[in-house]
Amino acid sequence: MDSQTTYNYTVVRQFAVMSVIWGIVGMLVGVIIATQLAFPELINGIPWLTYGRLRPLHTNAVIFAFGGCALFATSYYIVQRTCQTRLFGGPLAAITFWGWQLIILLAAISLPMGWTSGKEYAELEWPIDLLITVVWVTYAVVFFGTLFTRKVSHLYVANWFFAAYIIVIAVLHLGNSAFFPVTLTKSYSFYPGAIDAMVQWWYGHNAVGFMLTTAFLGMMYYFVPKQAGRPVYSYRLSVVHFWALISTYMWAGPHHLHYTALPDWAQSAGMVFSLVLLAPSWGGMINGIMTLSGAWHKLRDDPILKFLIVSLSFYGMSTFEGPMMSIKTVNAMSHYTDWTIGHVHSGALGWVAMVSIGSLYALIPKLFGKKEMYSKSLIETHFWIATIGVVLYAAALWISGVLQGLMWRAVNADGTLTYSFIESVERSYPFYYVRLVGGLLFLAGMVIMLFNVLKTVGQGNTAEADDAIPQAAGH
Amino acid sequence: MSEMSSFWSGWILILSVGNLLACLWLVWWSVKKRPGEANAGDVTGHTWDGDLQEYNNPLPRWWLWLFYGTLIFAGVYMALYPWVWDGVLGWTSADKSMRSGAVVSQYENEVQKANDTYGPIYAKYRAVAVADLAKDAEANGMGKRLFLTYCMQCHGSDAKGATGFPNLSDNDWTWGGTPEQIKASIEGGRNAVMPTQAHLGEAAIDQVANYVMSLGGRGDKAKAEAGKAIFTGAGGCIACHGPDAKGNPLMGAPNLTDNTWLYGASEGVIKKTITGGRNGVMPAHKALLGDDKVHLLTAYVYSLSNK
Repeated sequence: MDSQTTYNYTVVRQFAVMSVIWGIVGMLVGVIIATQLAFPELINGIPWLTYGRLRPLHTNAVIFAFGGCALFATSYYIVQRTCQTRLFGGPLAAITFWGWQLIILLAAISLPMGWTSGKEYAELEWPIDLLITVVWVTYAVVFFGTLFTRKVSHLYVANWFFAAYIIVIAVLHLGNSAFFPVTLTKSYSFYPGAIDAMVQWWYGHNAVGFMLTTAFLGMMYYFVPKQAGRPVYSYRLSVVHFWALISTYMWAGPHHLHYTALPDWAQSAGMVFSLVLLAPSWGGMINGIMTLSGAWHKLRDDPILKFLIVSLSFYGMSTFEGPMMSIKTVNAMSHYTDWTIGHVHSGALGWVAMVSIGSLYALIPKLFGKKEMYSKSLIETHFWIATIGVVLYAAALWISGVLQGLMWRAVNADGTLTYSFIESVERSYPFYYVRLVGGLLFLAGMVIMLFNVLKTVGQGNTAEADDAIPQAAGH
Repeated sequence: MSEMSSFWSGWILILSVGNLLACLWLVWWSVKKRPGEANAGDVTGHTWDGDLQEYNNPLPRWWLWLFYGTLIFAGVYMALYPWVWDGVLGWTSADKSMRSGAVVSQYENEVQKANDTYGPIYAKYRAVAVADLAKDAEANGMGKRLFLTYCMQCHGSDAKGATGFPNLSDNDWTWGGTPEQIKASIEGGRNAVMPTQAHLGEAAIDQVANYVMSLGGRGDKAKAEAGKAIFTGAGGCIACHGPDAKGNPLMGAPNLTDNTWLYGASEGVIKKTITGGRNGVMPAHKALLGDDKVHLLTAYVYSLSNK
């Protein structure tokens, strides 16, 4: 039904449910490769199960399948409701859903086959890159079309963040994926040498910045005030941190290439702008957490709010840790160690996954016309399992990362290395086991979530339909 | 940034400094309350989706100072370190030779400092003969640590090698095991080229492979007999491996009779070696390590086979 009396919930429902499913798939692949690190001899000889092929599958699945679907679902939901109009473009929204699922399916086939462009977080080969471009442009048409046909005079803050993310991801994807195709499954980058590395990390870091930070802040700006029933803490802070965040992020990429062939000036830029990013990043955390002032008691018995608040805490922690790690002297120790992986996962599990999970728990009953999720105590269980999982995961890799960094730089009285590389690997094993346990816990939480979602969809506890568009003009 | 054109320098200068100044202006502009704006603690007056509202609270002071602090740090850092100019400190990470002016290179500095500190420790062993040094526990410990830093990547931490990388502890030498030969291998590197014999055709390669295997008491006798003729014939394998197949250390042609296999002992691998050839490269280390360290390493490697 494509009328102007109801919101388009179909596409939101589809993306929301697929987000949970892809979350389980992506995290399962993560657990498999974590198992391989702890028990390296496990899959000896099976090429498509090797770490080198499954690792990009894991990152692509959690970022673009799990995270991507969660962002499609929430951005479509939020833009309709805060613009008080149905999604623009009729069937275009459905095209983005099926197109995105097709891309994920192609990724799931091509990456284990070993077809890769070799660019981190942009491994998919050129035919899939073209498909991504088509779907993303369609997404932009739907989103901006909805914004332009809104029935409300002011744009709600969440939409700024979604708008920035959609535009920048398009620019990054086009910029970094420039290629010379050779065969259907092989292409070479348009850029030579150090320039290629520079472009890759301009892309790579802004994929983190815009996909995993900016966009999820958009999600946060809707679901935190909604769930807390409180106004956003400071509109002024929103304005400042939004513009500062999206402009300074653009420069931060070179901190991935400290002490490499990248020119010194670019390394200076990467470090300086990463440090400047600290305050704009924290602006979002302050706005989220302070929105709860006056409503802290709700945390006691609302597990959804717990997810959202803990996600903001991890967000604050990761966005402090990131600038610190970008300082060249710190980076000289932390780079290439497990610390980086720990940092990424405190962001990816602690922030991105937790804010998505909380938002999906708030969203799913509404989408299916139910009063609430099937079981609140299962949400509570999920919250604790997930939190313990992230803490174990991140803490284990922080320790092993610092351990590796210190072992690699230790020298004897005669200037030779105190430890050979393999010794640092040996000493990392205990932490790889702990990391595996952390990952398994987080995955278990997602399975509980899927069960809860299926039960919610199937239960009889129906509420009044939530998708009617108010006809009175907003202001 | 002298190697960049003024166009790019200008472009980056405007974008980056402009970005930082814009941030500064944005914060400054947002600190002041403008007429018509909601007071602190009041909502802005807009409502979305039924109940979404916003307060207009002022920017937290500590946050503001944090922001100012990082912006000031950025300005100071960009003045001191390489940016669109070389920086007040004249610091650079790069190799001095790649630069025009007389600037301080962090890499060169650190190498120089390490050489000054550690150089004398190695230098004192320089005059001792390799065979004697191999029996010196202290020198051997140092040699082993050097090996674990520079050689283990290919030869393994136990020096037992890996497929394609020779075992250095078994007294079986491709390029010779005297102190002089070992030192020459480390200093100048080695390039062991086994040319492809694909032109012989599959059947002949099968026969030659079986002959090679027969040298160690394996393989099919009839094929080996036919293979021997090819091996020892004109233009055959004897040119490098010798008539008795015992190899030639001058060109790094391995002994094929001793059951030590660099690339693998199976019939399949031997055929692959004959068909495709091999190209074994040991890189040169003289320039990287210097004479003193090479001397200690030679003694250590020598000691592994000469207890």
